[in-house]
Amino acid sequence: MTNALDAPDPHNAGISETRAERESYLRAGHTLRSWLLTTDHKRIAILYLISVTLFFFIGGAAAALIRADLVTPGGDLLTNEGYNRAFTIHGVIMVWFFLIPSIPTTFGNFLLPLMIGARDVAFPRLNLLSWYIFVIGGLITVYALIAGGVDTGWTFYTPLSSFFANGHVVLVAVAVFIAGFSSILTGLNFIVTVHKLRAPGMTWRHLPLFVWSHYATSLILVLATPVLAITLALIAAERLFGLGIFDPALGGDPLLFQHLFWFYSHPAVYIMVLPAMGVVSELVAASARKPVFGYAFVAGSSIAIAIIGFLVWGHHMFVAGQSMYASTVFSFLSLVVAVPSAIKVYNWTATLHKGRIALDPPFFFAASFIGLFVIGGLTGLALAMLAIDVHVHDTYFVVAHFHYIMVGGTVSAYFGALHYWWPKMIGRKYPLVWGRLSAAAIFFGFNLTFFPQFILGYLGMPRRYHVYDPPFQVLHVLSSAGASILAVAYLMPAFYLFYSLRYGDPAGRNPWGVTGLEWTVPSPPPKHNFMETPIVTELPYDYHVEREGEQ
Amino acid sequence: MSENVQRHEPYRDARQQHEADMMGMYVFLSTEVMLFGGIFLAIFVLRLQHPEAFVEASKRMHVFIGAFNTAVLLTSSLAVAIAVHGARQGAARLSTALFGGAAGLGVVFLGLKALEYRKEYEDGLLPVVSDPGRFSSPIEHLFMNLYLVATALHATHLAIGILLLAGLAWRIGRGNLKLPERAIVVVICGLYWHFVDVVWVFLYPVLYLAR
Repeated sequence: MTNALDAPDPHNAGISETRAERESYLRAGHTLRSWLLTTDHKRIAILYLISVTLFFFIGGAAAALIRADLVTPGGDLLTNEGYNRAFTIHGVIMVWFFLIPSIPTTFGNFLLPLMIGARDVAFPRLNLLSWYIFVIGGLITVYALIAGGVDTGWTFYTPLSSFFANGHVVLVAVAVFIAGFSSILTGLNFIVTVHKLRAPGMTWRHLPLFVWSHYATSLILVLATPVLAITLALIAAERLFGLGIFDPALGGDPLLFQHLFWFYSHPAVYIMVLPAMGVVSELVAASARKPVFGYAFVAGSSIAIAIIGFLVWGHHMFVAGQSMYASTVFSFLSLVVAVPSAIKVYNWTATLHKGRIALDPPFFFAASFIGLFVIGGLTGLALAMLAIDVHVHDTYFVVAHFHYIMVGGTVSAYFGALHYWWPKMIGRKYPLVWGRLSAAAIFFGFNLTFFPQFILGYLGMPRRYHVYDPPFQVLHVLSSAGASILAVAYLMPAFYLFYSLRYGDPAGRNPWGVTGLEWTVPSPPPKHNFMETPIVTELPYDYHVEREGEQ
Repeated sequence: MSENVQRHEPYRDARQQHEADMMGMYVFLSTEVMLFGGIFLAIFVLRLQHPEAFVEASKRMHVFIGAFNTAVLLTSSLAVAIAVHGARQGAARLSTALFGGAAGLGVVFLGLKALEYRKEYEDGLLPVVSDPGRFSSPIEHLFMNLYLVATALHATHLAIGILLLAGLAWRIGRGNLKLPERAIVVVICGLYWHFVDVVWVFLYPVLYLAR
């Protein structure tokens, strides 16, 4: 293997003469065309970064409407129909056009090849195609939103979606169907990239944990998304010509829809959170300047989550009329899937233990993730218990639980990744103090928004209602106040990151002084990533750990 | 692997690229398995919930058209297998002829499928266009709906496959696809064709032979 690499490679001779000649990927072309027709994984990551940010703010605007309406017990701001449409579009946009693509398509695309020592992903043109498919799906969704929206909730439950809903159900189903193929292509690309494009010496034991978690995510993307695609196609057929498979009048079964939908949509939760866990593993090791404690367990737990995550979907249907025996099994498996998540949390904490922690923005976001994920995870265990779930099912308790995982967890990790790798992606540093401030503001705003919702749900406030009993108002006002802080906090990074584009100091190769192949190349990286294919000899997170008395 | 294979950006050598292409195709086919898996699940659930009515509905299918179509597709797969083998050896003329023939068999399949839909329309059994009142039971209506969705999805895949094979025959015949250097393209299209075939091999007994 090494001999083959030492030999001159005729293909590379033309493009790697001197370092000075090499340009960064950002300057490898200035026209719009050079961006829209690029096959460079780093440029595609930037395209995705811009588009998912856009969708994040569209989904956020819908959330703002919801929270504003909930300040008062009456339906003052939105009509009943309007409220249903607002939370549906919030869910559809946030789930499929922000949370699922967010970390994999931006940071995964940018970093996966850099981290394993490759020049690009396995199928660069397919990568670009996946962005176009994503954008087409997003545009159709936005069109449906302007044309009047949908009121089924993001879950498209039958028979509401098939017979009773008045909105553009088919249009949105088509949009999500299309966007699904973007997910599939990204997952396919990552799997093949990790298997076939690792640099010499980059064994599976040498992979950064970010890569492991993206590999696990990709497995779910390619195996679960097609099931969503066929389910949405069946919904469209049901609505357009009365297919009947979910309609009891023809002998169909409405519960079958829920099985098919959650067979995708529960693993989809892990599509959202596994990449975030990968980010946190990197951030924790970098902040503590220590090797990740129990590397093999953290890596293996990603795969375990991907596999067990496929077997827990029934916990969404405890009160839907599913067999009691099935519910018991799903309840047990839902407790089992918490084990690998717990392994990760313990190992991150153990990594931080006795580390020399750098109190930089990446650490703030990683710490936010761990804290909020623990709360979200523990309440998830409570929800997995059959007896408790019967009481809090479809209440704000559930809403708070999954927002702690998806927003408190995934969005914190997304911002953490942005703050950690921004100097690598753009080549400029941003003011750290502002990064710390926005991390703190996001943490505070988030908890103020969603912690009252646990209490609301426990007291019996059902989800998806906008007219409620006046005694609930105090908690709703607290939650809406938190949401307004959260909105400002989410906008803050936009300002100082844009500022850094022009006024930031050059970052240099390795501004944080950390390990990892991506930090060995210039910032921003050159178009072809590596001048010579790196040969990996060191394990990941190879920090020198000072022991007591060693100083 | 031949040395003068066209090599794309991220790859160190032709062997690595070949392995990546093959793996990419298998991963893609696994997504297709999951896609059709949803349809098969719906069919099985229907059968489990309404065993007798399901069998009654299945008995009204045109078993012989389906059987003949199965034979047509299996023959086409044999042709594709030989054509791929030939392409690896550089036998361009053999490959052209066999891919053209296989695409032709695919067209025969679609023609027979259309004929079958027409017969079902005449029997008043084709959903969407037929009068729902003519179905003997709701389950038969549902069965025919699922039959239409499943076979239409399969036919769409087959039509894509026909375009792929016809395109291959055209490119190999004109010398635009160098063999055996670019045999990977042929192998991958062949895998797709076999997959579409295998889907039918499962659809046929599930829909036509339920007894």
